[in-house]
Amino acid sequence: MMSLLAVEVPYWGQSLLRVLGGIVAVLLPAGTIVYVFLFKMMSFMQSRLGPMEAGPYGSLQLVAEVGKWLQKEDIIPQRADPRIFRMAPIVVLASTFLLVAVVPFGPDAWFTNFEVGIFYALAVSSLSVLGILMAGWASANKYSLLGGLRAAGQLIAYELPMVLAVIGVVIQAETMNLQKIVVAQNSGEIFGFSGLGNPYVLTQFVGFIIFMIAIQAELTQAPFDMPIAESELVSGYMTEYSGFRFLMFFIGEFATAGVFAMITSVLFLGGWGVPFAWFGWSDIDSVANWMNFVGPLIMFTKMMLIVFIIMWVRFSSPRFREDQLQRFAWKVLIPVSLGNIAITSIFKVVM
Amino acid sequence: MIAVELFTAQNIGFAVISLLMIVAALRVVTTSNVVHAALWLVVVLSGAAAQYVLLAAEFVAVTQVLVYIGAVMVLFLFGTMLTRARIGTERDLNNSYRLLGIPVAGLLFAAMAIAIVSSFGDEELPGEPRLIGVPEISDQIFGPYLLPFWALSFVLLAAIIGAIVLARKD
Repeated sequence: MMSLLAVEVPYWGQSLLRVLGGIVAVLLPAGTIVYVFLFKMMSFMQSRLGPMEAGPYGSLQLVAEVGKWLQKEDIIPQRADPRIFRMAPIVVLASTFLLVAVVPFGPDAWFTNFEVGIFYALAVSSLSVLGILMAGWASANKYSLLGGLRAAGQLIAYELPMVLAVIGVVIQAETMNLQKIVVAQNSGEIFGFSGLGNPYVLTQFVGFIIFMIAIQAELTQAPFDMPIAESELVSGYMTEYSGFRFLMFFIGEFATAGVFAMITSVLFLGGWGVPFAWFGWSDIDSVANWMNFVGPLIMFTKMMLIVFIIMWVRFSSPRFREDQLQRFAWKVLIPVSLGNIAITSIFKVVM
Repeated sequence: MIAVELFTAQNIGFAVISLLMIVAALRVVTTSNVVHAALWLVVVLSGAAAQYVLLAAEFVAVTQVLVYIGAVMVLFLFGTMLTRARIGTERDLNNSYRLLGIPVAGLLFAAMAIAIVSSFGDEELPGEPRLIGVPEISDQIFGPYLLPFWALSFVLLAAIIGAIVLARKD
């Protein structure tokens, strides 16, 4: 039973709170990421100021941008397949909302406490490929189709190392439930020292690096932005989209970056928790109620840290060629992650 | 009494999902566009995943999404889009043997129905579905069912090697 500030919330109230929370957990990070990283950090890295006019320090620029997109004409190409064309951005955005459903934000602040949580997250994240393929095909444009096909090939190739990197964490935590993975990290210890818990970024460092590379590719951020390579494909599968539908793809891109960063922080950085030894907690039931409010903030901080790394790599690396990209996934990442699984399981059995 | 038992939440959910699956399955074979057929097949397969959730088989449901929708259907769409997916209707999708499909499908349905009825009969499912955890499933796979699991892995290995042999240029 969830209780907030010692008030018992009825079941329908909890469900309503969770739906609203899910929308906030997707849209708020997306907006913050676009403003802080895409507008400001990229400008500073390129020795310019970025938006400065709208609001103090350009902080209302996002509102202006969204207003601009909303009033644009909704164009569907004449030879396109209109139904599929309209459905595609919804599928992409829906996969993001499905993804956030298993992310825990506090001891009671979760949307669903799904037993096979991380497995579910990996499964629904692959749904966005479907939307991208639909968008590429339905646009009736060779650039779009090529972009969609490139995206599909890339996402399939990099999903495998991502799953394999997660298996190391699952072996170490002995569970697929994201909430229990958080607890396992914060109540764990490294060689008898419990002041830091056991964040898997330390004990699963190889897995962490593979996972970060794989999500960079899953999010099609540079250096893995072959599907939307603007110098050769205009804008890939998004070429024909305008106005509100383009906005949905745009939100989907950055919201998915945020949600993947949340999942990374749950898997490798200890999620919403602080090391339980600090406050003398022993398990999930003894965690204080105020963690339901502090937890989301900790989570948000860790998410911003991960997104910072993703964006940092994005703004400072040149694009991979298509064959380099595939070769890197199949010949480097997959063998390394298989080795990581083998070593992790040996340690798990021995120790 | 039976009428009351019939309208439980599980049954209504089952009916809605299966109706959706049947409509989608019919559209797979009647639609005149390859990509539309593949997308209707996605609806059928996600319906199957939803049925697994209703049966409290979370792990199987998620595997269904990961394998069939995330991988098989994406490869399917990838293949058709790369080769012959035109927008609009295609006339030559149906061939002259299509009426033969109806008796074959009927026969298959009869065989499956007989198999299910004869092996379960009037056995009733427990009212509260029991959630089976991942550890129990893996204990079963790597315990009593290890040999079939290995056999399946060899089938997949053979398929992979076959694909490589076919795709090699020399």
